[in-house]
Amino acid sequence: MRPFAYSRPRDAAAAVAEVSADPEACYLAGGTNLVDHLRLGITRPGLLVDLRDLLDDGVEEMPGGGLRIGAATPNSDLAAHPLVRRRHPMLSAALLSGASGQLRNAASTGGNLLQRTRCAYFRDTAAPCNKREPGTGCSALEGHGRHNAVLGASRHCVAVHPSDMAVALTALDARVRVLGPGGERVVPLPGLHRLPGDEPHRDTVLEHGDLITAVELPDPPRGRRSAYRKVRDRASYAFALVSVAAALEVADGRVRGVRLALGGLAHAPWRARRAEEALTGAPATADAFREAARAELADARTGPDNAFKPALAVATVTAVLRDLAARGDR
Amino acid sequence: MDATITLHVDGEEHRLTVDTRTGLLDALRDRLGETSPKKGCDHGQCGACTVLVEGRRILSCLALAVSHDGARVTTAAGLAPRGDLHPVARAFVDRDALQCGYCTPGQVCSAVGVLDEAARGWPSLVTDESGDDPGEGAPVPLDREEIRERMSGNLCRCGAYTHIVDAVESVGSAGAGGEAAR
Repeated sequence: MRPFAYSRPRDAAAAVAEVSADPEACYLAGGTNLVDHLRLGITRPGLLVDLRDLLDDGVEEMPGGGLRIGAATPNSDLAAHPLVRRRHPMLSAALLSGASGQLRNAASTGGNLLQRTRCAYFRDTAAPCNKREPGTGCSALEGHGRHNAVLGASRHCVAVHPSDMAVALTALDARVRVLGPGGERVVPLPGLHRLPGDEPHRDTVLEHGDLITAVELPDPPRGRRSAYRKVRDRASYAFALVSVAAALEVADGRVRGVRLALGGLAHAPWRARRAEEALTGAPATADAFREAARAELADARTGPDNAFKPALAVATVTAVLRDLAARGDR
Repeated sequence: MDATITLHVDGEEHRLTVDTRTGLLDALRDRLGETSPKKGCDHGQCGACTVLVEGRRILSCLALAVSHDGARVTTAAGLAPRGDLHPVARAFVDRDALQCGYCTPGQVCSAVGVLDEAARGWPSLVTDESGDDPGEGAPVPLDREEIRERMSGNLCRCGAYTHIVDAVESVGSAGAGGEAAR
């Protein structure tokens, strides 16, 4: 591991100034992804700027409605928070389906959003990888492809985004507060995470020095029910093959509102706008849900190892929406 | 590059100078001789290094020592300061919940964390949240499905899982065991 200097600035603005001024600096929050990458040699900073005690670590109601989640809020505290469990069951479930109890106790909200792909070739520093070392090629294209993306991939990268929480936040129209060298701004979800294109080394639209300080969530409309379902190779403690974050409002047997985001399929959490549009006003039936999901997956491109993904995604979307439509008032 | 930090480990204060790259696990084992947390994978995948920091179970391999200056760390060895076995460790012995024993200190620390989290009403993915008020915070009863889900971050290559669930279940139903976490 390359030696690095370590700094604990007095506040968030000082942290942003320190990282912005040094191209080899990076932030440290919960460390669950970064420390592993330091050890693997994927990330080789010259300076670690520790965010400990600098950012809010709780959930509060905003004056005009909605919730504000401090970026330092650990994943486990966020999942267990009463306001999150009442208003956004899908977010609590998404968090609880990710990682393990120990990791959720350490991992932060901001860090979860910025965690990097678990593509095996990205993690193997002996293998070419355009995300880790731009221009070296993509080993996953011809390699083991079970987890590869099927939507929005490019010939430069077929990695998928690993976060469950980010899929829920993408469905819930979350807004991320970012403090950068030029001041504060708001980045919406979807919009934070990028598709790979010809710059797969860039996971998000954030620039060097940008710091996520909070996530804001609008309140759900009355009568909305939400759920998160994750399909994976073992029952717990594994990354998603396919995951679905869905929120649904039904009135008189018809879909009044729907929010749908998919995980495990793309370089970014995939907001299923096409399916949402097809479903709004449609009958709340399994047939309609299936047809909308098929339309969303129509452009999927698969290889021999991940050919199951589109059908699995369609089946999972259909099942989650059908269950939400059949359920009581939450 | 070096940094001088203080760690409170199992009730004892230590002042030490570490390279900034040192993980908390390596600081505990190699610098302080606290060898009950084990190094399994060193990548956050196996749970053998689980300790309690400020009462929360975390993976000490993915924590930097320098970032834990001033932290209160409890290892499996420190759960029973007077040489007695902690109720969770006692249950592991009584229920034959180990073979080689390498993962056991991490399993025990994780189980203590599980009992504390459930007592505070934290849900897991398998907790039924369909009640009137899912956010009310009532303690979550730990049935076998809950224990399996909550302990999934601790691998056991000997495959002692069935007896590990027995052990945690016996302490959970006795309503004790998580108090050492805080």
